[in-house]
Amino acid sequence: MLLVPCPNCGPRNSTDLRYGGESHARPDPNTASPAEWRAYLYLRDNPAGWLRENWYCASGCRRWFSVERNTATNEFRDPPLPGDKRGGAA
Amino acid sequence: MRGNGRLGRKRPPKYSAAALAWKGLRGQSWPRVWRDCDLKRSYDAVVIGGGVHGLATAYYLARNHGMTDVAVLDKAYLGSGGSGRNTAIVRSNYLTPEGVAFYDRSVHLYEQMAVELNINVMFSQRGHLTLAHSDASLRTMHWRAEVNKLGGVNSSVIGPDEIKKECPSLDTSDHPRYPIQGALYHPPGGVVRHDAVVWGYARAADHMGVEMHQKTEVTDILCEGGDGPDGKGAGGRVTGVRTNRGDISTPIVINCTAGWASLISTMAGVRLPITTHPLQAAVTEPVKMFLPTVVVSGSLHVYVSQTDRGELVFGASVDPYANYSVRGSLEFTEGLAGHVLELMPGVSRMRILRQWSGLCDMTPDYSPVMGHTPVEGFLVDVGWGTYGFKAAPVSGEQIAEAAATGTTPKLIEAFALSRFDDGELVGEKGAASVGH
Ligand SMILES: Cc1cc2nc3c(=O)[nH]c(=O)nc-3n(C[C@H](O)[C@H](O)[C@H](O)COP(=O)(O)OP(=O)(O)OC[C@H]3O[C@@H](n4cnc5c(N)ncnc54)[C@H](O)[C@@H]3O)c2cc1C
Ligand SMILES: [Zn+2]
Repeated sequence: MLLVPCPNCGPRNSTDLRYGGESHARPDPNTASPAEWRAYLYLRDNPAGWLRENWYCASGCRRWFSVERNTATNEFRDPPLPGDKRGGAA
Repeated sequence: MRGNGRLGRKRPPKYSAAALAWKGLRGQSWPRVWRDCDLKRSYDAVVIGGGVHGLATAYYLARNHGMTDVAVLDKAYLGSGGSGRNTAIVRSNYLTPEGVAFYDRSVHLYEQMAVELNINVMFSQRGHLTLAHSDASLRTMHWRAEVNKLGGVNSSVIGPDEIKKECPSLDTSDHPRYPIQGALYHPPGGVVRHDAVVWGYARAADHMGVEMHQKTEVTDILCEGGDGPDGKGAGGRVTGVRTNRGDISTPIVINCTAGWASLISTMAGVRLPITTHPLQAAVTEPVKMFLPTVVVSGSLHVYVSQTDRGELVFGASVDPYANYSVRGSLEFTEGLAGHVLELMPGVSRMRILRQWSGLCDMTPDYSPVMGHTPVEGFLVDVGWGTYGFKAAPVSGEQIAEAAATGTTPKLIEAFALSRFDDGELVGEKGAASVGH
């Protein structure tokens, strides 16, 4: 079981949330080249370690937030940042 | 085996009933199956990952292209990744014409494998049923059946009565919450003994001169001329690899590391459309044979087959979030048990003996990423997700050809990394997300 820290609801079982994957800033669709856009759509860093990622609190507050998790140990760090799926850091 | 005579090495001992009896009576033991070699400073090609894909690639490099100065490096032991953890299902009833042609070649290579490698891989073509519990999934089954038939693959949609005949233990009544409405039936599908495939390729490759190095971890890939730091990245080329046992120079590096594929590709400055997710599986205590085919239910997120020993082997979909840890979860066994009982109420008293998990390299379209990359000499055979075991023979054959000739064989053109730049995805989700 993975307890995911929702900024609004506190720790919740991961089965209550939906995983949104790596948090990358979305390029501006009006100016991005096709290559930049497809890289944003498909390419991932997929590190074995700290990763900033998005979660959707589906059975709780129904908001997106981003948080840092270690994909090798499943620890979380830093206070989670509220924000929508598109606005993630990095 | 073509390579044997040509390379003039001693033939490996034949595995046969007579040899078993002879050695048993005289108290002899079997010789070690592959050598332990010193790591050389240079090779014609280095394969990273000693799973079934890396070993098949090395085997075909030697057998079909005479490239025997090849090292397979694994950070742990051969078969320690997905190759030793999968549920061993082999089939070719995919959804796209590209997928069907590719996996069908693999089924044919599996059919010849026991003879070719002189090892009993126990390929049991017992038939494969993909159940449909809704109109939508029945429609996908019809679609798959038609694509399969066009590709010459034995596959058809059958109704509940015929399903009951094939598999009497399935509840085909209208009592369950999601009654079974039909199934895609694929008679040549089945299971193979996965460890035997790993050992068979390793032994045959070793015999032709390929070196297998276990406990040899690649920590960096050496490049020059690329557009990134240290000469890595697009436009450059590979010059070697760095390992925990020293540097090796080589013009060809093949990434066959499945769940770890992104980590290796990053070392060459190549980004992949891959995220790593664990896939869990479980096995019950053994009982008498009652389940003749492999049964998959996409809607219920579960699949099951019975081993020759009588155990039921179960699997499901990958864990929902990216993860490099292979710890099992209670959610998995709970969900599994509930869904299996919907299908087969009769197994409610059986006990689960073990559960385990392995890392899967998931792509957005559920198709692999194969072939050359923007870094010359750096090839990938990755994106195997939850379906790569069945693909090992054909992947080894095709990637070996790509590496040895510098071309892209027709059978894997559609799976190139560049398809993501071009937006030409090969969508196999409907055929690969639960039934592996
Ligand atoms: C539970 C489960 C069930 C599955 N069921 C099926 C199925 O029924 N049918 C099917 O077709 N597929 C199935 N699969 C998928 C299949 O197992 C994999 O796709 C396949 O085994 C991949 O093989 P591989 O040789 O590419 O990778 P692996 O066998 O994972 O080998 C990769 C190797 O790379 C090594 N490695 C990693 N990093 C390094 C490094 N830095 N240096 C050196 N070596 C390194 C690892 O130690 C590992 O041995 C299943 C997978 C799982 C986990
Ligand atoms: Zn919440």
